[in-house]
Amino acid sequence: MAQGWILVLASLLYLGILFAIAYWADRRSDAGRSVIDHPTVYALSLGVYCTTWTFYGSVGRAAATGIGFLPIYLGPTLMFALGWFVLRKIVRVAKANRITSIADFVASRYGKSQLLGGLVTVIAVVGVIPYIALQLKAVSNSFTILASSPDLVMPARAAAAPMLQDSAFYVAIVLAAFTILFGTRHLDATERHEGMVAAIAFESVVKLLAFFAVGLYVTYGVFDGFGDIFGRAAEIPRLAKLAVARDTAAAYGSWAALTFLSMLSVMLLPRQFQIAVVENVNESHVARSVWLFPLYLLLINVFVLPIAVGGLMQFPEGVDADTFVLTLPLAKGQEAIALLVFIGGLSAATGMVIVETIALSTMVCNDLVMPLLLRWKALGLDRRPDLSGLLLEIRRWAIAVVLMLGYAYFRAAGEAYALVAIGLISFAAVAQFAPAVFGGLYWKDGTREGALAGLTAGFAVWAYTLLLPSFAKSGWLPADFMAGPFGLELLRPQQLFGLTGLDEISHSLFWSLLANIGCYVGFSLRRSPDAREAGQAAVFVGSGNVGAGALQWGAGAPVAELLPLAGRFVGPDRAREAFARYARSRGVRDVEDLPADAGLVHFAESLLAGAIGSASARVMVASVVEEAPPDLDAIMNILDEASQVRAHSREIEQKSRELEAATAELREANERLRELDRMKDDFISTVSHELRTPLTSIRAFSEMLFEDPRIDLEERKRFLGIIVNETERLTRLINQILDLAKLESGRAEWTTSDVDLAEVVRESCDALSQLYREKGVALATDLPAGGPVVQADRDRLTQVMINLLSNAVKFVAQGEGRVRVAVECLRGEVRVTVADNGPGIRPEDQDAIFEKFRQGGSVLTDKPVGTGLGLPISRQIVEYFGGSLWVESEPGAGAAFVFTLPLAEDGGASE
Amino acid sequence: MRKSANERRLTAQRLAALFLLGCALFNYPVLSLFNHAGQVFGIPLLYAYLFGAWVLLIGLIAWAVERGGD
Repeated sequence: MAQGWILVLASLLYLGILFAIAYWADRRSDAGRSVIDHPTVYALSLGVYCTTWTFYGSVGRAAATGIGFLPIYLGPTLMFALGWFVLRKIVRVAKANRITSIADFVASRYGKSQLLGGLVTVIAVVGVIPYIALQLKAVSNSFTILASSPDLVMPARAAAAPMLQDSAFYVAIVLAAFTILFGTRHLDATERHEGMVAAIAFESVVKLLAFFAVGLYVTYGVFDGFGDIFGRAAEIPRLAKLAVARDTAAAYGSWAALTFLSMLSVMLLPRQFQIAVVENVNESHVARSVWLFPLYLLLINVFVLPIAVGGLMQFPEGVDADTFVLTLPLAKGQEAIALLVFIGGLSAATGMVIVETIALSTMVCNDLVMPLLLRWKALGLDRRPDLSGLLLEIRRWAIAVVLMLGYAYFRAAGEAYALVAIGLISFAAVAQFAPAVFGGLYWKDGTREGALAGLTAGFAVWAYTLLLPSFAKSGWLPADFMAGPFGLELLRPQQLFGLTGLDEISHSLFWSLLANIGCYVGFSLRRSPDAREAGQAAVFVGSGNVGAGALQWGAGAPVAELLPLAGRFVGPDRAREAFARYARSRGVRDVEDLPADAGLVHFAESLLAGAIGSASARVMVASVVEEAPPDLDAIMNILDEASQVRAHSREIEQKSRELEAATAELREANERLRELDRMKDDFISTVSHELRTPLTSIRAFSEMLFEDPRIDLEERKRFLGIIVNETERLTRLINQILDLAKLESGRAEWTTSDVDLAEVVRESCDALSQLYREKGVALATDLPAGGPVVQADRDRLTQVMINLLSNAVKFVAQGEGRVRVAVECLRGEVRVTVADNGPGIRPEDQDAIFEKFRQGGSVLTDKPVGTGLGLPISRQIVEYFGGSLWVESEPGAGAAFVFTLPLAEDGGASE
Repeated sequence: MRKSANERRLTAQRLAALFLLGCALFNYPVLSLFNHAGQVFGIPLLYAYLFGAWVLLIGLIAWAVERGGD
């Protein structure tokens, strides 16, 4: 494959496909049918984490350290398990605040500080540009190797080509063009690039397939499976060592440090933030990515160690392990696979470079260039009506400049150490964002000074312990730099304060994060957050409280001022569209009718933030709104009020629940009242009916006597007897009704004293003995000798006994009836039973007979035998004295009326 | 994704627990148990262990997240 033009053609073809995909996805997006609105596409696009540093470099790392390449991928797996909390929260906050980059995120969190945004941008650019250079180098190297095959020429030994013949130069130019086309097509209010994301997802698939292809070929084509490779390697002592890690504390320490470092990087690298947060279409996509992205990382690493070991066996020396994926197939004459690998490496490089430059250009434009330009009054930018074109220009130039800087670094560094080690050095640079970002998400009291001091200190220590030493090792700084300034041993960059035993990355990570976190916390605690910081803290930490953002504008501003302001940066038409949407969402028909309140200002600010970053947006809005932000107390008051309102609403809920309960009780009471009312009506009609029966018969017999003088004496006597009987019955009825009314209303007179119950029973039996004899009913009593004493009204108890006894005699058959009365003492109470051998009471009637005017037997068939008030009265009496009265009966087996009364305290021990 | 608040809480706690499990599996001292020469089905022990634990962890995370439909 000596012809370079085939490689150029293949590369251009591949980029053409990328271009087509991006174009197609953008068109679909414009048509409202987004292709990237899918969790799998989101997870794949996160695969931009795997650059050429993974694609070529993992094998190199594995060849040197065995399993040591893995922490870079285990860390993200762990981080994404937490992604459910952390990433989703960042995405939610970023969407609510129209965050466009990680610099914007940090700036916005700490009171929309332009200075902070600028600092983050500088750190990101310094930390990441060498990483871009690494991608260019990888593409250039792979091109050189393929173009000079079948000879295996290591690029390091190839003479450096002049720039115009340098493949990396053209790669940089083509990538700049591609990125400009898809990264700055238009100024989006949310800075999203659908076409670019679709292309990145596609690239992730390509590099995975390419790596799988070479992995399968090496493992099963060149060797005979995993077992074969490792089995052969185990026989070579140099290779056998790769199967185990060094078993020292330092080795485990650096393993943990690398895992931790990659955990932070997978969130904080500008390209990861761009893809995971800014380009996120839907927060719910995060859910699938938490396992799909780690799975991607696992798959792309499965064949790393076999290729590394296989390569070391194939090329004992002279071939750079970083190139094994390419040189192994080449050495076996598999040019097609080598070409596929080349394309895979190209996809890893282009993916990284495109996303990283877009992210950096947004940061450079919004957080570095625009703030400076806007301050530079001489430019007269504040008089230009439309700056959206200028913004796009700045971004395009930023992309070109970032790529050219990357290329320049590549040319300058060449094969120097500074380039080889840059992967982890970049990781350590972006790890400096961790305290400000994660602290800002979960700690309300971080301040602008805290973040500034932490970032500055961390960046400085990082540069001193990692970046500058890498320059020194490349020979760009005098070698005695490593011995510490002025020969001070304590200040040796990689044994700072005499700390030894750590590898350089762990060493730098420890000192830089220590300085970073220490300054962040220390400076934050020097004062309490001011109004703007407190407001943003509320938005970021309590992510539900996004409305707090609007609180920072004390005053409102009319649409007539805000619309042109927004129009200057996002373009008049787009601004008008956005304002119209906002008006509709607030139920206002016309944009001009929008009320000039703080909400409108906040909307305009976030619209601007999408285009120029939150810090600049605040400054621009402040130019038309009277910047009289409420002081801290006011903001805290409003936030407090919000929490008070929540507390109130909880109270109101509580009250309403209580009200509901009260209503239910009332409804129940009302039901009961109705029931009682109905019962009273029933009672009155029953009473009238009961009174009318004897009255009717008295009247009928009286009339007969009055009208017919011829009735003989015998007959008259009989009639008069009936009249007397009926009158007696009437009297009894009326007495009982009065009695019951008294009892029920509680007006009855009671004379309570110690009563010997046995005596009461005996007297009652005596009183009714004549009646029993007349009817031929046997009456047996079973009374204890020294009768039990209860606290009760003696006459009332006699009334109960007589009632029960006379009921019993009424219902048993004449001549063969037997009634038995028993009094017995049971634990603390005395129990009186009046049992008969009458017809018994049906179970369904056993409750009814205690109701007023209800009698045993069917009303229709049986002649009424009593007034129907005796039992209700008796029950009232017994219950008044704390006892109860009930009946035990089965039809045909007699009935037993039982009542109990509590024993008097001192008289109960008679048994 | 239409899960009840309770289910979401449970999912969050499962993921936090899996994170801790991962931290334990991928670090000293558990790692040192597998860090010696030896082979499982012809694959170096440490290599087999790490990939096995990794697959297990991803599987558990997927189970925690995808339960109850997405």
